[in-house]
Amino acid sequence: MLDILDIASRNLLRYRRRSLLTLLLIVIGMVAVLLFVAVAGSFKSMMVGQITDSVLGHLQVHHKGYVASIDNLPLNLNMKPPMVAKVEEALRANPAVETWSARVKFGGMFSNFAETTSIRVNGIDPAREAATTPLLPGRMIEGQRVGAGAGALVARGQIVIPVLLARGMKTKLGDTVVLVATNRDGSVNGKTFVVRGILEGVTGPGGRDGYIHIDDARELLRMSEAEVSEIAVRLKDFSRLDRSTSQIKAVLEGVSNGKPVLETHTWADLSPFANLAKMIDLMTLFIKVVLVSIVLVSVMNVMIMAVFERIREIGTIAAIGTPPSRILALFLAEGLMLGIVGTIAGTLLSLVAIFGINLWSPTFNFGQQQNLVMAPTIAGGDVLTIAVLVVVVAVIASLQPAWKASRMDPISALRHV
Amino acid sequence: MSLVTASNLTKTYRIGDIDVPAIKGIDFVIEASSFVAFVGPSGSGKSTLLNMVGCLDHPSSGTLKVLDTDIATLDRRAAARFRGEHIGFVFQDFNLIPVLTVFENVEYPLRIVQKWPAEKRRAQVLRLLDAVGMADQADKRPDQISGGQKQRVAVARALVSQPKLVLADEPTANLDHDTAYRVLELMKKMRDEFRTTFVFSTHDSKIMGEAETTFVLEDGRLQNGGSHA
Repeated sequence: MLDILDIASRNLLRYRRRSLLTLLLIVIGMVAVLLFVAVAGSFKSMMVGQITDSVLGHLQVHHKGYVASIDNLPLNLNMKPPMVAKVEEALRANPAVETWSARVKFGGMFSNFAETTSIRVNGIDPAREAATTPLLPGRMIEGQRVGAGAGALVARGQIVIPVLLARGMKTKLGDTVVLVATNRDGSVNGKTFVVRGILEGVTGPGGRDGYIHIDDARELLRMSEAEVSEIAVRLKDFSRLDRSTSQIKAVLEGVSNGKPVLETHTWADLSPFANLAKMIDLMTLFIKVVLVSIVLVSVMNVMIMAVFERIREIGTIAAIGTPPSRILALFLAEGLMLGIVGTIAGTLLSLVAIFGINLWSPTFNFGQQQNLVMAPTIAGGDVLTIAVLVVVVAVIASLQPAWKASRMDPISALRHV
Repeated sequence: MSLVTASNLTKTYRIGDIDVPAIKGIDFVIEASSFVAFVGPSGSGKSTLLNMVGCLDHPSSGTLKVLDTDIATLDRRAAARFRGEHIGFVFQDFNLIPVLTVFENVEYPLRIVQKWPAEKRRAQVLRLLDAVGMADQADKRPDQISGGQKQRVAVARALVSQPKLVLADEPTANLDHDTAYRVLELMKKMRDEFRTTFVFSTHDSKIMGEAETTFVLEDGRLQNGGSHA
C-alpha cells in the first residue's frame, strides 16, 4: 500500500499546478463549510440558549388546548392544583428533569396613573423561575442585577417590566403602577405594584412579558385555589430533549379525566425561531452539498485528465503484468491523497479562521438584542464528519477514471499517441 | 526444449463490417534460450504476433502455447499474472515511467507486480543495472538519460523478474545504428548470462542479422520455417 501511495504522490506532483488548483478548490470548500457550520451553529445555539434559558425553558406542560389559545392566555384552561400535583410528581420522578417553574399567565392593563396600555404578565415563583430560566435575571438592564439566587428576581408587591413598555410609558424604577386584569368570571380587579426592574427584550414569545410574584397574580385574578397556566421545565441535558420530552409525554398522557387533559411541548413547538433554526440546518446541508459537488467535479476532472494523459503509461504497466486491481488502486490513491491533503489543509485553515474570529469578537444585532458577540465554535464531530465526507467523495470521484484505467486494453493503450 | 509453439495460428481483426486478417495460419517453434527475430515490412503482422506471444491478445484460431500454457485460456487477470511471472517486455519507445528514477523503473515489476521484499529487490535491481551498465545512473530520471541508456534500463526492467521470455517489439527503431547494435549486443549478453529467450521484431534488414533464428513475415504469413544464422 505504501508503494502505491508513493507512486500516487509522485504522479500528483508531476502535474503540480493542476494538483494545487484542485487542492485549492477542496480547501476553499472545506473552509467555507466549516466556517459556516461554526458561525451558523454558534448563532443557532446562542439563540436557542437565549430563548430556552431566559423565557421558555426547555419544554412546557399545559392544560389540553391551552397552546392553541395561547395568544388569549385563557384563564379557563389553567391547571387545577390536583393536576399540578400530578405533573410535579411526574417531573420529580424523571431523572432527566433538573427543575421546573409553575407560572400564572394573563393579559391585563398597565397604568402609570397618566397612561394605560396592555401587558402580558407572568406570575412566577422567583426562585424556581431563576433556576428554570437562568438567563432571566441577567436580562435586568435596570434595577438591581441579580444572579440566579433564590427570591431575588421579584418580591411580592413588585413588578419587573419590559424595556419597551418602560420607555413607552416613561416609567422608572421605584414608580408605582397599577395592573388591572379580568378574572375568569369576568370581574375586573386591580392591584398596585412598585417597578422593581426593567428587562431587556429578547426574540420570541414571552420576550416582552412582565413578571410579578405568583401569589400576587393569584390575588389579582382572585383565584380561590393555586391554579397554574403553564409549567416550564429545565432538563439536565438539553441534547436529550426529544427523548426526555417523549418520556414526560408518555407519563403525562396517563393523567386524565377519561381523556387526556395535559399537553407537552418543546421550546421548538412554541417558538417561531425553531423555523429559523431549521432553515440554518437546511442551509448547512445545502452548503455541504455544494462542497460535495466541488470536490466531486474537481477531483473527477483532474483524474480524468490524469488517465487521458497517461494512457501509454497505463498500457506499459498493464503489459508488464500489473494486475487491474493494482492499476485501479494507483489511481484511487491519487484521489485519496488529494482528499486527505485538501482536508487537512482545509481543516487547519478553518480552525485558524475560527480562532481569528474569536479573537476579533465581532458583534451583531438580532431582533431586540444588541451587540451580540459572534463566537463561532465547531464540534470535533462536525469536523470529522465533514473531513470523512470530503475524503470519501474524493475517492468516489476517482473511481470512474481509475476503473477506466484498470480496464484499458494494453495494446490499444500502448498504441495511443 | 520449445518455449513457444504456434500451430495454424490466425488473427483476424474486425474493422466495421470487414474482417482484416493479420496472421494467416502460421506454425513455428521457439526454443528456450534462443535469440529470435521476426522480421518483415510494416503491416506484415510482427507486432500482432508478438502481442499474442506476450499474452496481450488472443488468437482468432489455432493454438499458441507459451511455456506449455495455451494463452487462449487466460482471462484478463490470469494473462496479467502470467506476463508478470514469465514474460518481460522491451518497447520501441522505451516506455519508462517518468516519475520514477532509473533504479525505481527497474524495481517496478518487483515492487508493484511481484512484491518482492525490499532487500532482495534492491540486490536484484543493482545486479541488473550493473549488468546493463547503468548502475552509475541509478538515481537519474528517464528525461536525464539518452535513448540508448533508456533502452538499457528497459532491458534491465524486462529481465529483473527473471522471466523465461523477453519480447522486444522494434527495440531499436528509435535508436541510431551504433546504439541499436549495442542494445542488441546487450540483449544477447543478457541471454547468455541469464539464459532468457529473447524474441524481437524488426523491419531493419541490417539488424535482423544479429538474430540466431529469423522468421520472415510477409502479409501475415511466414516465408520461412525459421532460418538459423
